[in-house]
Amino acid sequence: MNTTYTIDLSLMPTTLDLWHVYLLAAVLVLSIILIIVLLSMVMGMARRAKQPAVEVLKTVEVPSEPEIKVVEKIVEVEKIVQTPAPEPIVLKESSPDAALQLLGLLQKEARFIDFIKEDIAAYSDADIGVAARVVHEGCNKAINEHFTLDTVRTDQEGSKVTLTEGFNASEVRLTGNIVGKAPFNGTLIHKGWQVTNIRLPKLTAGHNANIIAAAEVEL
Amino acid sequence: MNGLFGHVNQNDESSTEDENAQENEQQHADEPENEMEAQTESSDTQANQDQGKRYSVGIDLGTTHCVLSYVDLSSDDDEITQQVLAIPQLTSPGVVEEKKQLPSFLYLAHEAEIAEGSTTLPWTASADHLVGDIARNLGSKTPIRLVASAKSWLCHAGVDCKEAILPSEAPEEVGRVSPFQATKAYLQHMKDAWENQYPHAALEKQDLIITVPASFDPAARELTVEAARSIGLHHALLLEEPQSALYSWINNSLGDWRNHVNVGDVILVIDVGGGTTDLSLIAVTEQEGNLELTRVAVGDHILLGGDNMDLALAYTIKAKMEKESGNRLEAWQVQALTHACRDAKEKIFNNPETDNVALVVPSRGSSLIGGTLRTELTRDEVNSVLVEGFLPEVAASDRPVSRPRSGLRTKGLPYAQDAGITRHLAGFLAKQQAATDDLEHVNLPDNASFLHPTAVLFNGGVLKSAVLADRLLNVLNSWLTSEQAPEARLLEGADLDLAVAKGAAYYGMVRQGNGVRIKGGTAASYYVGVESAMPAIPGMAPEVEALCIAPFGMEEGTEEALPDDEFGLVIGEPVRFRFFASNTRREDGVGVRLDYWTDEELQELDEIEITLPEEGRRAGEVVPVHLSAAVTEVGTLELHAVSQQDDHRWKIEFDVRAGEE
Repeated sequence: MNTTYTIDLSLMPTTLDLWHVYLLAAVLVLSIILIIVLLSMVMGMARRAKQPAVEVLKTVEVPSEPEIKVVEKIVEVEKIVQTPAPEPIVLKESSPDAALQLLGLLQKEARFIDFIKEDIAAYSDADIGVAARVVHEGCNKAINEHFTLDTVRTDQEGSKVTLTEGFNASEVRLTGNIVGKAPFNGTLIHKGWQVTNIRLPKLTAGHNANIIAAAEVEL
Repeated sequence: MNGLFGHVNQNDESSTEDENAQENEQQHADEPENEMEAQTESSDTQANQDQGKRYSVGIDLGTTHCVLSYVDLSSDDDEITQQVLAIPQLTSPGVVEEKKQLPSFLYLAHEAEIAEGSTTLPWTASADHLVGDIARNLGSKTPIRLVASAKSWLCHAGVDCKEAILPSEAPEEVGRVSPFQATKAYLQHMKDAWENQYPHAALEKQDLIITVPASFDPAARELTVEAARSIGLHHALLLEEPQSALYSWINNSLGDWRNHVNVGDVILVIDVGGGTTDLSLIAVTEQEGNLELTRVAVGDHILLGGDNMDLALAYTIKAKMEKESGNRLEAWQVQALTHACRDAKEKIFNNPETDNVALVVPSRGSSLIGGTLRTELTRDEVNSVLVEGFLPEVAASDRPVSRPRSGLRTKGLPYAQDAGITRHLAGFLAKQQAATDDLEHVNLPDNASFLHPTAVLFNGGVLKSAVLADRLLNVLNSWLTSEQAPEARLLEGADLDLAVAKGAAYYGMVRQGNGVRIKGGTAASYYVGVESAMPAIPGMAPEVEALCIAPFGMEEGTEEALPDDEFGLVIGEPVRFRFFASNTRREDGVGVRLDYWTDEELQELDEIEITLPEEGRRAGEVVPVHLSAAVTEVGTLELHAVSQQDDHRWKIEFDVRAGEE
């Protein structure tokens, strides 16, 4: 086991042993591989060299014109930047007219504001019930006349429903134990409402929508 | 939607047409989703497409509501797409809504009442007259300025319909309008609404049909046509409402109507609208193997309808509430009660298990809970007031009760004195027993005491409630069974609210040869009163004979000349004739003189007047004339005085109503 290896560079092998044959073969194989790789690289370079030549021309051309257009281009870029910029604060401003109009309709048909503004603490449930009929009937009439309502889900409330992947999150709201991935299985708690058509009256230019109900004076 | 008609031909159609049809269908299917956008879009595109289009437009000029329906005549489709115009109208000051019905009300606003610029309509900055929903709404709180039932006034003998007399209860200061002007205002509004939607298809260039009650007298028909002419609608034709309802039913049946009626059928059309009840009989006969429809009789003008029912109910409840509380209800409370009753009655009629509905009269102030009155409307009350009151179970021999009018008659509409619609019906059927005698296909048994209808078609909003419709049919069938006649069957599938307007639009197509046409002509024969040649008896008015000048059933576009009798008319002096109509005397030809008749047979209409203008003749000259009657294509009766000497013709006016009567 106690063999020592000495290195003597002046020593020359006198016989062709198996190890040296292997070494020679390995050197030959590697050099052939090297040649093939180099050749293929050169050929590839030669092929590509034709296309880049045009590209180079183009890139040369482009800067020549934009030299003048640079200002324009910057303007364009600014424009594009302008639209995405307010994105984080896109909040639609509701038109107060439509809201006032709806209040007006509910007041006219259902005495809605009268009912809401009245102090109901002083009255008995029976009295309030009588007035509630007016409000209920009128609201029902006003809503039916000006809106077409439909349920979002047609399933029975309390029944099991499955939401497949890509369901509309604005139409169906998930609550409770929200874990895992779609499809979600759950119970329909509320079937939801959606307006499919609105038929609000048109208003004349001079109409003051702030007056929900005009004061009435009998002569 | 396509191809409901003419299935047989569809295989022959080229494939491209089929594809088009499919495309159309898809477009239709898309519509409901974004109807709002579609509406605005379509009105733009329609405006461009309108050019060169022709429509058949039907206007139901109702006592309480007007409706406009139309059919595109230029479309090549076999299918008839019928539409009802959404009429933009003010609902309260400053608010415009589109509704299919235009309430036939006109409100004469005080100048302090309406803020400037709050009566804008899509076609005008400030409307001349407040008509439609706004008129009804404002008028419910200020009745002295509300014009209602103008149509009934048109057919009211004894008033000049061009005289500003409405509202009849208004104080001096209110600038009144005439029934004629009111009618004109409703027509004008619908014309404007049409032209707003179809700016390139002026209404006067379309086929236009206006419906009138079958019981309208010649003067009322003439006034309706004149109102249309005065706003530029010169080509408007008239159609009787019950006929229109039947046309609508025929159109709705999609060609299947022939399987629902048989030769020999007598169809009774009962039209109970808001203000009037109109009855017509239409016989089904056969000519060379084709079914034919002939209108054989119409009823009297009965001012009795749904509004009377709501009022009756409200007054019953009012009495009940006053008895309970001891306080008198004020006028506005009765008004609110009438509204509440209208809705409550429908609830009771539509829900068989509901036996009572709470009625609430809210206070007028802003305190809703404090001053609100509450009571109940029960099924028993509805039954006793409406079903028993308006549709009593009577025998076929019963007749409407008419008390003599009291001497102090206020200047109002002659509302029917008997509220029993079934009694009016019994009277009508008995009176018209002979209506089908001339038709070979209709055989009435010998023992019949009244004309036996075999089918019934209902029309009018009142009969939407199944309880009332069933009752009416049951009473009629009980009469038929008592005479061993088969029960009359109900013709189903009618659209009770919009049928008249729709039928009128369909009639425009029928006139072009696409469908069966109801024949009929005039529903009455007409007579003038002439003094009989008898020695005068002091103190006695000279006897009057009725001279027939237009026979029953004169077709449109025909004329009858009076053969022998001549009258000497004085140039420049108005001459008046008494004028009579009979809707039962079918056999009287022109020239027949009646020296005796019963009140049943002949009804006196307003006098007619002739004034011969001087026109190159001497005043005071006596010109011998014949009277000649013609029925125009429009559907109005025209009387002429024809000079014997030179065939010169003078028109005789109907609308000289003796206002002072």
